[in-house]
Amino acid sequence: MLRYLIRRLGLAVITVWAITVVTFIILQLPPGDFVDAYVAQASAMGTAISAAEAAALRHAYGLDQSLWVQYVKWLNLILHGQFGTSFEYSRPVTEVIGDRLWLTMVLSFAAIIVTWVLALPIGIYSAVRQYSIGDYIFTFIGFFGLAVPSFLLALIVMYFGLRWFSLNLGGLFSSDYQLAPWSWGKLVDLLKHLPVPMLILALPGIAQLVRIMRANLLDELRRPYVVTARARGLAERRVILKYPVRAALNPFASTIGYLLPYTVSGSIIISVVLSLPTVGPLLLHSLISQDMLLGSTIILLLGVLTVVGTLLSDLLLMWIDPRIRAGQLR
Amino acid sequence: MSAGTLQADTPLTTEAETRVAVATQRQLIWWRFRKHKLAVVSAVIVLAFYLISAFADTIAYSAPFDTQAARSYIPPQPIHWFDANGHFRPQVYAMKGKRDLRTFKLSYAADPSDARDLTLFARGYPYRLFGLFPTDIHLFGVTNGNATDALFLFGTDQLGRDVFSRLVLATRTSLTIGLVSVALSLVLGVLLGGISGLYGGLVDTVIQRVIEILRSIPTIPLWMGLAAAIPTSWSPEQVYFAITIIISLIGWTELARVVRGRFLALREEDFIIAAELAGASRLRIIFKHMVPSFLSHIIAATSLALPAMIISETTLSFLGLGLRPPAISWGVMLQDAQNLETLGLAPWLLIAAVPVIIVILAFNFLGDGLRDAADPYG
Repeated sequence: MLRYLIRRLGLAVITVWAITVVTFIILQLPPGDFVDAYVAQASAMGTAISAAEAAALRHAYGLDQSLWVQYVKWLNLILHGQFGTSFEYSRPVTEVIGDRLWLTMVLSFAAIIVTWVLALPIGIYSAVRQYSIGDYIFTFIGFFGLAVPSFLLALIVMYFGLRWFSLNLGGLFSSDYQLAPWSWGKLVDLLKHLPVPMLILALPGIAQLVRIMRANLLDELRRPYVVTARARGLAERRVILKYPVRAALNPFASTIGYLLPYTVSGSIIISVVLSLPTVGPLLLHSLISQDMLLGSTIILLLGVLTVVGTLLSDLLLMWIDPRIRAGQLR
Repeated sequence: MSAGTLQADTPLTTEAETRVAVATQRQLIWWRFRKHKLAVVSAVIVLAFYLISAFADTIAYSAPFDTQAARSYIPPQPIHWFDANGHFRPQVYAMKGKRDLRTFKLSYAADPSDARDLTLFARGYPYRLFGLFPTDIHLFGVTNGNATDALFLFGTDQLGRDVFSRLVLATRTSLTIGLVSVALSLVLGVLLGGISGLYGGLVDTVIQRVIEILRSIPTIPLWMGLAAAIPTSWSPEQVYFAITIIISLIGWTELARVVRGRFLALREEDFIIAAELAGASRLRIIFKHMVPSFLSHIIAATSLALPAMIISETTLSFLGLGLRPPAISWGVMLQDAQNLETLGLAPWLLIAAVPVIIVILAFNFLGDGLRDAADPYG
């Protein structure tokens, strides 16, 4: 068990390192750098910036050094918890991101909790009442959830919210609270705005998990031990919940690792459509304006938080499945 | 004689059994696939969509880039199948625009006195069929006058371009981009998954870790980063190929997993061990014995991967990081419907969502059916 833990931790560290390299490479890929963009912007506004000034800017931001040096510098700063200054906002990156990262994570985790809370009973229901009307309805909703890209779902929900209820479903706060500091009122306001984006974000995950849960449970229900349990007169509820559901839960838990990156990814797009104050719109904007440090920090933090989440899910899996604890699997 | 009557009781089952016993693998797969009704219907839908993309220019009746401010945001126009006398005569009423002098908003009303007859194989804007044969014949148009000024089945967008015609052409872009990306990721997936499953050991471990790392990173920020790196000066064709490469670079992991799994399972099969013992070379074993037995699985996995590729392209283009105008794809068209003001003004722009949903559903069902049929012995 200890060996497994060490292995998982090692893999997580390598993954985090790979994320730093990949994000750094990605953000180096666009031709030209921030200073080019800045010069172009300035000349569009009518102020010319001389080549000497541009070079001085490059030097100040360390853009004239080799990629390798830039990477090591960047990594060193990150290890000290300094993510540098956003070129575009001229403010520390952490300050620009502010609450947005936490709101992204609140939204993602809320969506995942909804996914579990809904997918588990629906999956059990669909398997136990196979081919019932409810099963068909959930299967249909499930396929719909898998087929509709999340941005499209957000767009459609927003359209009908406006059309039928004259409601603007965008945003996570009402206008009174948008810029206000945190308070109970603001928290209540957030909780009021959360359900719609949360459900949109959770739907594909629910669809996937219900299908997996249903298939696994159907396999388990045909096992002889279920017949034995019934024959010994156990209550139906106990027959199903005590053994087959627990066995069927195993692959359920192993998908958590992929559910988190998937949900975080989805939250980016939904946030752009619904203009939620998460890192989504900020990331899109920073990539378009080539604000390298801001963009890479967002991708890095999202990646690291996702890896941590995956690690936690593996620990959960270990706790659920004794076979892994005994070191028999993997 | 009694033995004869006994046999006569069950001739059907024995006949069916012999039929199954002598059937080739291909026949078995086809029989199994046919049982999955939803998959068969989906296969027809998918084929229809590819037919539409092959004949996109013929089906479209307006030039997709023909802009006209006077045609901005015309709502979808109904077809009147019967004329005033009750005779079958499909026609549309001309749309007359009127500007409100207080709000300056252009509003349109159908003018029943100015009816245009619909006709098949009408002449319209010139194009090249399959990119080869110059022609100007379109599947349908209007008899009197130009279809571009008269026919707006799905309405027009802000620049006065016909949504129906653009949607048909977008279908071509979006479907082929999915196909090209899936082909690229298939090459990557089969190559890396095959190596991983065949050699095992350190190579396998490294490839598996790479896949695990790729899958534990949120992919959308990754795509966005890669797509943002595409220079704005590139031509639409270059952007198209860059996007397919980005999508397939991230999408190959699932295919590699399937291939590796099949390789590992097959390696233990009796017939492979028999071939090994008989002295067959490694290449012969792979291509003569292994590939035919997992080809069907790969086809199924491919058709399940396609919708993901289509969603990727649509999402990227929607965010403004994928294909860019003048290229037309479903994502590019949906980008027009991005904000609430536009949606309130011209809700018909959302119509581009309909083919996206239909195609993705159809591919999912088709892939499900193919996956079930891939192993007809189970």
